Amino acid sequence: MSLLEVKNLEVEFPTRRGTLRAIDDVSFSIEPGEVLGVVGESGAGKSLTGASIIGLLEPPGRVSGGQILLEGSRIDDLPYDKMRHIRGKKIGAIFQDPLTSLNPLYTVSRQLTETILVHMDMTQEQARARAIELLDEVGIPAAEKRIDSYPHEFSGGMRQRVVIALAICANPKLIVADEPTTALDVSIQAQIIALLKRLCKDHKTAVMLITHDMGVIAETADRVAVMYAGRIVEVGKVRDVIKDAKHPYTKGLMGSIPVVGHEVEVLQQIDGSMPRLTEIPEGCAFHSRCPDAIDKCFKNRPDLMPTGGPSTAACWLYDTETVNG
Amino acid sequence: MDNTMQGALHGAALLKVRDLAKHFDVSKPWLARVLENQPKQILKAVDGISFEIKKGETFSLVGESGCGKSTVAKLIVGLHGPSGGEILFDGANLNEAIKRKDANQVRRRWQMIFQDPYASLNPRWRVRDIVSEPIRVFKLASSSAEIRDRVGELLTQVGLSPADGDKFPHEFSGGQRQRISIARALSSDPEFLVCDEPTSALDVSVQAQILNLMKDLQRRLGLTYLFISHNLAVVYHVSDRIGVMYLGRLCEVATANDLFKSPKHPYTRLLLNTIPDMDMTGIERAPVQGEVPNPIDPPSGCAFHPRCPLANERCKREAPLLQEDGGSLIACHAVEENRQA
Repeated sequence: MSLLEVKNLEVEFPTRRGTLRAIDDVSFSIEPGEVLGVVGESGAGKSLTGASIIGLLEPPGRVSGGQILLEGSRIDDLPYDKMRHIRGKKIGAIFQDPLTSLNPLYTVSRQLTETILVHMDMTQEQARARAIELLDEVGIPAAEKRIDSYPHEFSGGMRQRVVIALAICANPKLIVADEPTTALDVSIQAQIIALLKRLCKDHKTAVMLITHDMGVIAETADRVAVMYAGRIVEVGKVRDVIKDAKHPYTKGLMGSIPVVGHEVEVLQQIDGSMPRLTEIPEGCAFHSRCPDAIDKCFKNRPDLMPTGGPSTAACWLYDTETVNG
Repeated sequence: MDNTMQGALHGAALLKVRDLAKHFDVSKPWLARVLENQPKQILKAVDGISFEIKKGETFSLVGESGCGKSTVAKLIVGLHGPSGGEILFDGANLNEAIKRKDANQVRRRWQMIFQDPYASLNPRWRVRDIVSEPIRVFKLASSSAEIRDRVGELLTQVGLSPADGDKFPHEFSGGQRQRISIARALSSDPEFLVCDEPTSALDVSVQAQILNLMKDLQRRLGLTYLFISHNLAVVYHVSDRIGVMYLGRLCEVATANDLFKSPKHPYTRLLLNTIPDMDMTGIERAPVQGEVPNPIDPPSGCAFHPRCPLANERCKREAPLLQEDGGSLIACHAVEENRQA
């Protein structure tokens, strides 16, 4: 059984000018211990997918269709109170900005022990000991001394380590990490990626890694889902998607990333930009930017289908009926 | 790249920077300082750096946040006054030139493109007014019809349409806004553009569009770029020569090829080691150690010594100077002494 299963997820935002569908029929699963990368440009819906899973969708946004199953039982329709016990205990979360995800008025010790006491049956002393152990594990030097510091006394990289310690403190099965390295410098990014990889291996924790940076995905993830305009356009093993992308959007995306060692005069570019939610066209949302668009792309929306290669893509070019007929 | 490289090698220096420094006073207010008996605190954002940019080349500065690369950009365009050293633009001292009466003659020759296209365009101005401001300020056109034609031409040049001039910035996406910034920068017919992280606020597919546009404009208009970025892959793609900065100083200056093929300074090697492996070679790399120290209280000697695998007593004592080493410039005692790990 998959650890997490998302089936036909839809997220909508009611507005004065009608309902906006930000996530449209997204399905994927995460196996125990697996790192699934979710990549896409801003506005593709990757963060909303993450927020729906941890039940932190900001109103008026709401899950309007589909199911989210954790270890086989639905979590998308749980009342707030029940969800509180899953969030933190079974699903940990890491956000982009480590300064805003920590409370500046409480010491790190208080924030860690609070979370531990909520989710685990421990005394205050045990919780503190566990907090120190956790800080040590995420690589904070002199954890015993630093635990009574406030968040502002840590550097950006160290703060993100504290946030990771918070996310893993109840031994969750799944961590949703939304752009965990985007606010950090490159050398710190490399350290945080290495730390995340080590922790998942040691604890067999699955990670849903949301990022716009294909490089981070290449370094960390086992599988990757590429999102575009609220839908998944391609899913596959990271190596396959990077080396042999099938969907025209993924191909364009890979070609537009400058790579050290590959000398190119002109980067491949995808003209235009992703449509706004109010202007998502009929048919495949990518058709206006797609170099290979055929008639069908303007009318019908493709679902994920086998491509003849190792990954699956939502593109009519791989539909045998369309191509042959 | 070959053509621009050739031009760069034979071209004269357009910009020379000598021992440039910028120190900020970040002390507490006087009374608090006296009561707590604390000394003044000086942040040496840029601490004596020298480099040259030749006509037609792209020179990049890379480094992590707080290394002073954006301060260098602001010093060069005159948004900060230097605390020491000098900037020579086409042979003339820039800080004297901009104080002269005919300053506008010189001033229009360089422009800047900023990082955030959402913050660098006035939301209450129409694009037409934004793009034509330099034309009006430097009096480069005589009639409003001429200005209108020139704005239309500029917008077409950056891939927008002349009709876009009537719109406001909020009607455009991030990439289109950055095109407007570029059109504005080009409107005074500059030779030299300072680009401070021009693509880091953009999505990758849009980043490719902007980088391609910038390269294309450079070829067509013979522009010289100072490019500032923390993204090594972007820097590799656009640069002819690269300067690596660490805590206000340059630690290595080399051609893009030399720097990425045979990095010499230990910090450059550390930086290159952090580039994600997009070729999926699966090679295990040495973990990166440590963090950038607080620039208010930098380490003694070579500022990189606490993180450097090759550091010894001399590195703690004495700050290394940039020295020539096989065509590159390197500031490192270990490289100079040929120390091995």
